[in-house]
Amino acid sequence: MSTSAQHRVSCGGGEISETMQVMAKHKSCGTVGGSGKASCGSQAGIGNVPNEVWEKVKSHPCYSEEAHHHYARMHVAVAPACNIQCNYCNRKYDCANESRPGIVSEKLTPEQAAKKVLAVASAIPQMSVVGVAGPGDPLANPDKTFKTFELVNKLAPDLKLCLSTNGLALADHVDTIARLKVDHVTITINMIDPDIGAKIYPWIFHRHKRYTGIEAASILSNRQLQGLEMLTARGILCKVNSVMIPGINDQHLVEVNKAVKSRGAFLHNVMPLISSPEHGTVFGLSGQRGPTAQEVTALQDSCESEMNMMRHCRQCRADAVGLLGEDRGAEFTMEKIMAMDIKYDEQARKEYQAKVEKARIAKLAAKQEQVAGLASASSEIKVLVAVATKGSGLINQHFGHAKEFQIYELSTSGAKFVGHRPIHPYCQGGHGEDSKLEIAIGAINDCHAVFVSKIGGCPKAELIKAGIEPVAQYAYEFIDGSAIAWFKLYLDKVNEGKIKHVERVDPAARRNALISAA
Amino acid sequence: MPFKIIASQCTGCSACETQCPNFAISERAGVFLIDPEKCTECAAYFDEPQCVAVCPVDNTCVLDTALPRHQESA
Repeated sequence: MSTSAQHRVSCGGGEISETMQVMAKHKSCGTVGGSGKASCGSQAGIGNVPNEVWEKVKSHPCYSEEAHHHYARMHVAVAPACNIQCNYCNRKYDCANESRPGIVSEKLTPEQAAKKVLAVASAIPQMSVVGVAGPGDPLANPDKTFKTFELVNKLAPDLKLCLSTNGLALADHVDTIARLKVDHVTITINMIDPDIGAKIYPWIFHRHKRYTGIEAASILSNRQLQGLEMLTARGILCKVNSVMIPGINDQHLVEVNKAVKSRGAFLHNVMPLISSPEHGTVFGLSGQRGPTAQEVTALQDSCESEMNMMRHCRQCRADAVGLLGEDRGAEFTMEKIMAMDIKYDEQARKEYQAKVEKARIAKLAAKQEQVAGLASASSEIKVLVAVATKGSGLINQHFGHAKEFQIYELSTSGAKFVGHRPIHPYCQGGHGEDSKLEIAIGAINDCHAVFVSKIGGCPKAELIKAGIEPVAQYAYEFIDGSAIAWFKLYLDKVNEGKIKHVERVDPAARRNALISAA
Repeated sequence: MPFKIIASQCTGCSACETQCPNFAISERAGVFLIDPEKCTECAAYFDEPQCVAVCPVDNTCVLDTALPRHQESA
């Protein structure tokens, strides 16, 4: 179920928008004894996240861009059944949108899932969140999903629980969700207009009956929005995922954004459709294309004035394990877990997480120092830069080994995370015959520089030829502080007339690209 | 005729298992099968056979034409 897949994804994904970064900043400021926003130098207009929301999301990698460098999550695949059919999903596999082609999750019973959770939490002390996101819909498998949550609550009460659903059955389970202390729910909402929904969902199964067409989409939409309202009325955090399908719902997602914001969703995650004929989905077979990274960014930009957008989602699998952007699932198959000696040490986990918090604070301090240095500069210039990273907020990946780049927008107000660009050939669509280097350069061709821990001579020359500066001098340093330091030098050079600033891609042009693609 | 599941098309998702009012469906070797002794084609329960309505793969839950139709009084 694609739906669930998306759910998963979003669950797992998550980089947060600048809001979250600011929240992180505030939080850490508070921790070090500062007095909140003022001393932290919040970014323009986004420091208004309530403390109680921050407390809930600060260690959730999918909800906090800043946290996703430091905390890990896992999904347990206890929910195979689904109650709707999506045109981007082929149930022979896991949801195509969340999963890599041809790979199926290992289905678990609730008891096996609980054991796996303990094994992973013991081996990965920064693991903070357990989610159920599929491979079907968690609420089409309520007994298995809730039994899993009960067991985890009992055995590892320090772990946060989340679930990701298509929303059709949500309103029926709100009481149970609240009772089991599931404080994060993701709902995949791709439309609020049944005419558009009919192009995305061929059918739903509701109250013992299959519905099709506009009637199906209408029921689904009503139930999704009702479930969202019920959850937010109880103070349960809701994030909304939307799959961006060019020509079907891309422009409509601005309306979806308004509708979910008005019903209390705290974060909106627009995810690109993943569509390829080999997935065997309706969209894959019909040649429906996915959006380009630039189109997704443009849509996120046009929604951002309305609400917090999430930009770090990695569209993880329903059985993903580890930090976002990595998957350690293969280390934790049931066969391997059965052979493990599991010692769940809550105290050791707490101590480790305290160290993680310290590292976060150090990172934020480095960033603040650099931002303070920029304060005197005044310039309208904004540039994008790409970063090769393995996580922890560090520039610690070799250019040639990077599977994705994180993209930051630099301006005199600081460094803002705006997204990540995967460089798998199949994610780029239509570049199958290009070399990996060409794909990598194509993925970041709107950036002025790429920050790496190391880079070979050949790619270095190719990047320079493409107008992208390879930067290795900040290897193993924090991303934010380094990017700002580089930007400061860049501005100095421009001001001294040593180089001329050239816009690589105008944000307005990206927006136009989105509209013309629709 | 009770319903049967075409094993080669079954994804093993279990959606049908929990919907069956007769508890006629169970898993074997990763796929699901219907006990023809228990299947009533959902007669007296629902307007449409639940396994057919919920199955994600079209034409996978089908009438087993080798067997006689279910008789309510039988």
